[in-house]
Amino acid sequence: MRLRIFDSLGLPDGEAAQQTADGCGGSCGCGDGSTPPGDGGTVDDGMNRRSFLRRGVAAAGGITALAASLSPLRDLESEDVPSVQAFLQKHYKEMSEDEMEVALDKIRDSVQARYDIRPEIRDIKPMDGVEFVYALNLSRCIGCRKCVHACVEENNQSRDPEVQYIRVLEMPRGSTNIEDGDHHYERATVPDENHYYMPIQCHQCANPPCVKVCPVEATWQEADGLTVIDYDWCIGCRYCEAACPYWARKFNFTKPKLDKADLNPEMSYLSNRPRQQGVMEKCHFCLHRTRAGKMPACLEVCPTGARKFGNILDPESEVSLILKTKRVFVLKAEVGTLPRFFYYFDERDPYSQLTVDSVQVQPPHEETPS
Amino acid sequence: MKEYARFLWRCGRLSFRGNGIYFAWMFALSVIALVGLNAYCKQLVYGLGTTGMTDQVSWGMYIANFTYLVGVAAAAVMLVIPVYVYKNKELHDLVILGELLAVSAIIMCLLFVTVDLGRPDRFHHLLLRFNFPISMLTWDVIVLNVYLLLNLHICGYLIYSVYCKREPSKWFYVPFVFIAIVWAISIHTVTAFLYSGLGGRPFWNSAVIAPRFIASAFAAGPAIIIITLQLIRYFTTYRVPHKAILTLRNIVTVALIINVFLLGSELFTEFYTDSVHNASAKYLWFGLHGHSALVPWIWTAVSLNFGALLLLVLPITRREGVLAAACIMVIVGIWIEKGMGLIVPAFIPTPLGEIVEYSPTWNETFICFGIWAFGLLLFTIMVRITLPVLEGKLTIDTIYHPEKHYHTGERSDVPSQPVTQSPRRSPS
Repeated sequence: MRLRIFDSLGLPDGEAAQQTADGCGGSCGCGDGSTPPGDGGTVDDGMNRRSFLRRGVAAAGGITALAASLSPLRDLESEDVPSVQAFLQKHYKEMSEDEMEVALDKIRDSVQARYDIRPEIRDIKPMDGVEFVYALNLSRCIGCRKCVHACVEENNQSRDPEVQYIRVLEMPRGSTNIEDGDHHYERATVPDENHYYMPIQCHQCANPPCVKVCPVEATWQEADGLTVIDYDWCIGCRYCEAACPYWARKFNFTKPKLDKADLNPEMSYLSNRPRQQGVMEKCHFCLHRTRAGKMPACLEVCPTGARKFGNILDPESEVSLILKTKRVFVLKAEVGTLPRFFYYFDERDPYSQLTVDSVQVQPPHEETPS
Repeated sequence: MKEYARFLWRCGRLSFRGNGIYFAWMFALSVIALVGLNAYCKQLVYGLGTTGMTDQVSWGMYIANFTYLVGVAAAAVMLVIPVYVYKNKELHDLVILGELLAVSAIIMCLLFVTVDLGRPDRFHHLLLRFNFPISMLTWDVIVLNVYLLLNLHICGYLIYSVYCKREPSKWFYVPFVFIAIVWAISIHTVTAFLYSGLGGRPFWNSAVIAPRFIASAFAAGPAIIIITLQLIRYFTTYRVPHKAILTLRNIVTVALIINVFLLGSELFTEFYTDSVHNASAKYLWFGLHGHSALVPWIWTAVSLNFGALLLLVLPITRREGVLAAACIMVIVGIWIEKGMGLIVPAFIPTPLGEIVEYSPTWNETFICFGIWAFGLLLFTIMVRITLPVLEGKLTIDTIYHPEKHYHTGERSDVPSQPVTQSPRRSPS
């Protein structure tokens, strides 16, 4: 009983029967049916029923295997599946006010759905005539790490794994090479008399390599000098993390875990709103506070007053006075990033302490007689 | 157009034809690729935390493999230059094989970059706000995709012309061949600039990175092509001229010598200067503060490279088996050098001096193997289709009997195509 359609193959019945007895054939890939005679004919021939069935089985097997390998996708939570709205959302700089309001509403809804709290979120812009600068007094810092944890609480970072924006190094006295620093010191009390302490966070560089390397402009420098990230635009390539000389950028390798009790509902779009898995984040000098006239959380919690923050464009501000009167330095000046984060040691201004009268300065070279 | 559709259809059919070894190979590759796909789906759900990467070592095996494969893709031109610049006839048909390798390698590159992304669902952001020309990554996106298109055009056009028994019009492909030569250099240069442009990573911030990339690529790429040609010679009736293999052997030898020289220059500068900037190099070669995970790897790579170089300069590698061994040493040695020797150590210690070591997880490893398997699958299919076309067995007006293509079928009853050589023995 052969159908007419298979006649073109010219296979005699006997040969077809022989094939059937010939093991599993070739296309299942088990390697035991290496090209039985007349198998499948030529490329341009039709197919006989047996090979049709066999191909059907192979195709079904292939599709099953494909489906099985895709099966982990079932564990995707519905809120993690990108919505059409998320797909169409524009870059921060391209959004109109109305579009921003829509985006903010979306965030309010998702925070409420997840934490049962309606957050106070807004998009807060830089102030005119303001450029923020941080100054840190190394003579006063005692390495208590209160700033590290106040930052985490303020900025809604993931608690497990805990994402931190500030790293405090315990430095041996006599060295300014940060490679000598201990990142994981544990002591009953601080400070230790043989060490000094150096907190490091985003330096808000005026020439930021992270902004330069980002392929999609998801990170940029604002008018007040803060380098910010649009968490909805970042593609998670981590090139900025490789480019940063201060190890300031942190990546959400897993979905951030934050309890309802830990949520800070005072948020802004570019700073401490909850982040998603797979995006970059970093210190933004608490812009939701500082752009509203408050101080950063790390500064407020500091028990020694080692941290100073303010507007460098205001000549009367504390940071302006520090930059004028203290001998400040920046980390890794040689990489040319021009940080807005300055360190200094708390000496009195040496010139005001001089008890001698002014001394006449010598010329740089002996004058050569002509 | 209809004829072209029929050509594609026949190619598709042909890729499902073959003997047992072919099916076993394709089946194994498919299984590995699916295991990789499964691992990637897990990564999509649970995030890049399923890899061994951390904030300290934020790039790992994916970017290492990507870098290596860019080199493999670029090396295809080492077949093109002798043919089109020096008119070396022996290599003429093999150019197409080199370009097919380039196509598969670039596709693997693009896959490796994609699996490295934390948010692949936002890939389209690249089209909407493209930080060109400031970000080197945007340059890389452009050069890789254009190189893929160039190679697809050149080999697609040539193969289809042969299939149609038409003389390919020079104006339609020779200009592209010359563009592709320059482009091949550019893809690896731009990829090197990704790393060497970062002032915060002294290990990468060196002008020798780009030339060294190209030298090592021109050793590893042709080595892969030699292995491919040997396999083609073993498994098919396609005639691979022995002179072609020897030309490639010379290319690998010279490239390897330059690579070893550049490596020496780099090591001298790092260790004679002995500044604080060589912490990563110290970690890589000798270990730092008791951490030495990469030390065995880099010394293995160096031994393989030197061992291969020694074999290649000796006449003994005129023998196929020894040449294959030397090529495998080059392929593995340079792979280690790129991954364990270049990408990972730049992150150790971190810019703040912390030492956190990296080792890939199983899930990450499965994804890497999956992409390699998928690339090899593509390459096998493309070679499977191309060889009978080049031999004139699969043309517009023939009915092709695929099983006669295999010498294992031991049927050479097509009078127009006598088996010109027995496998494994090279014509003198």
